[in-house]
Amino acid sequence: MANPILETKEVSAWFGKHQAVRGISFSAEPNTINAMIGPSGCGKSTFLRCLNRLHEEVEGARVEGSVLLSKEDIYGQGVDPVAVRRRIGMVFQKPNPFPSMSVFDNVAAGLRLAGIHKRSVLAEVVERSLVQAALWEEVKDKLKQPGTSLSGGQQQRLCIARALAVNPPVLLMDEPTSALDPISTAKIEELLVNLKNDVTIVIVTHNMQQAARISDQTCFFLTGELVEAGETSRIFTNPQDTRTEQYITGRFG
Amino acid sequence: MSKAVALEVSQTVEAGPVKKRDLHLGDRVFFWILRGVATSVILLLAALTLYLFRLSIPAFQTFGAKFLISLEWNPVSEVFGAGPFIYGTVVSSLLALCISVPVSLGVSLFLNELAPKKLADTMGFLVEMLAAIPSVVYGLWGIFVLAPWLRTTVQPLLGKTFGFIPLFQGPPFGVGMLAAGLVLAIMITPTISAICKEVFRAIPDHQREASLALGATRWEMIHMSVIQTARSGILGAVILGLGRAMGETMAVTMVIGNRAEIDISLFAPAQTMASVIANEYAEASSQIHLSSLAAVGLSLFVVSLLINAMARFVVHRVDSRSAKAAH
Ligand SMILES: Nc1ncnc2c1ncn2[C@@H]1O[C@H](COP(=O)(O)OP(=O)(O)O)[C@@H](O)[C@H]1O
Ligand SMILES: [Mg+2]
Repeated sequence: MANPILETKEVSAWFGKHQAVRGISFSAEPNTINAMIGPSGCGKSTFLRCLNRLHEEVEGARVEGSVLLSKEDIYGQGVDPVAVRRRIGMVFQKPNPFPSMSVFDNVAAGLRLAGIHKRSVLAEVVERSLVQAALWEEVKDKLKQPGTSLSGGQQQRLCIARALAVNPPVLLMDEPTSALDPISTAKIEELLVNLKNDVTIVIVTHNMQQAARISDQTCFFLTGELVEAGETSRIFTNPQDTRTEQYITGRFG
Repeated sequence: MSKAVALEVSQTVEAGPVKKRDLHLGDRVFFWILRGVATSVILLLAALTLYLFRLSIPAFQTFGAKFLISLEWNPVSEVFGAGPFIYGTVVSSLLALCISVPVSLGVSLFLNELAPKKLADTMGFLVEMLAAIPSVVYGLWGIFVLAPWLRTTVQPLLGKTFGFIPLFQGPPFGVGMLAAGLVLAIMITPTISAICKEVFRAIPDHQREASLALGATRWEMIHMSVIQTARSGILGAVILGLGRAMGETMAVTMVIGNRAEIDISLFAPAQTMASVIANEYAEASSQIHLSSLAAVGLSLFVVSLLINAMARFVVHRVDSRSAKAAH
């Protein structure tokens, strides 16, 4: 763990009085895929949402600890959460393209928020992002159609393209394939492995096989705590903690 | 379902038709009663329309289609044209919309997107209570509070500052188009805000997070994920509010000044389709006067039906579209 791009120190998160995340320290190397696994309700989504300061948008929610993005604390004094979210991409469980926008405008949305309106620049970045998200061939003739007219798997790749358009160093994904069929899932998994060259990915997954297939590092969560983190092959072949072992061998959760 | 249960169910279903008569007699009676009630409601509506239509035939025979645009309404010389009332209805309703739509959008966005939950609940309740106040009470308030205030304070001020615009010229009467527009605006604001609030609430949170995660500020999020997504729903709410404003009678009759003339100034008295009927029906003595009032009523009825149908169509479209978005 020489030069992590993303590092958390003792991050805790609450919903009102309910503590959902308990002192998690974690770090991600550049150009890696980092999988978060664990039974549902163990705080994976909440932790992920602490990494781009989205958690605090929930009424009554609170975060403690620090999250360093390229050594800079995104919870530091005077840091604007909006600016943080511009630098960290996020893809959700359910594909959520903007229903009022075309395919093109969906991908361009982040750029427009950043103040880029020049048509030629937008067109170039939209194409590049759609190519990156392995969607360009399928939608290049449908750029003006509503984003919601695409299939579920295409919508999710559209959301990936939308997140990639602003060139974020880190991409957060919360069970991005759990609402998709196996073929769309396989496409996205392949895409993520290719994306590693450009971004660092933190992905929550319900599917242990998925974590094993694509990730470099795997983190096992249980009741808000990070039980064990390590190289994926090591976690799946030689877990140090008995709870990790029980979970990956399917004995609970 | 276990095999045994499934078998039993299928046997019961198969045995069904034999005993159907006695078994479902209650259901059948109930069905026929409901069907009768539903049919009679439709018949009643049809009869009402027919009656209104028959009543207004003499007016249309005498004045022709010109009835709808003619500007003269004179019970003494028995010349009737609905022009001033159509103008009055359109202008007072549009004025009400111009004031109410921004306010309603502000209220519903504040309640739904910004206010903490407890405050939103109390305020939402209060706003909805406004819709429960009888319109005659709004009328009284208009006469005793709003009109004097307009006459002594607002209209002189408007006249002084914007007097170069014809809308704000002329003597301050208090009662008139401006008073009617304001009272209507207050009356339709609860309707429009309540519908907008429901439309906004139907937008799933993951739509808002989509823009927040892209680095949208709160305002940008409201614009991208709430207003843009709810465009047709907002339009539906506005059209329903317009329908209410056009049909409102009591409060308008009390504050609009009741003069069958078109005056460009908002300070001047005017009259609407609904208010002229309420005002003159009791004392209309001649056949042609009554018939002309009925013709005004028929026009109002048709326009209201069209507006409601339009609102339904628009709201239905947004429903099916957000259903698609949530697939
Ligand atoms: N909006 C919320 N309000 C209150 N509690 C919540 C909310 N979202 C999640 N929780 C609680 O926080 C805990 C962690 O949830 P979450 O992070 O969604 O788990 P996971 O993603 O691992 O399934 C759970 O106990 C859940 O009930
Ligand atoms: Mg989750």
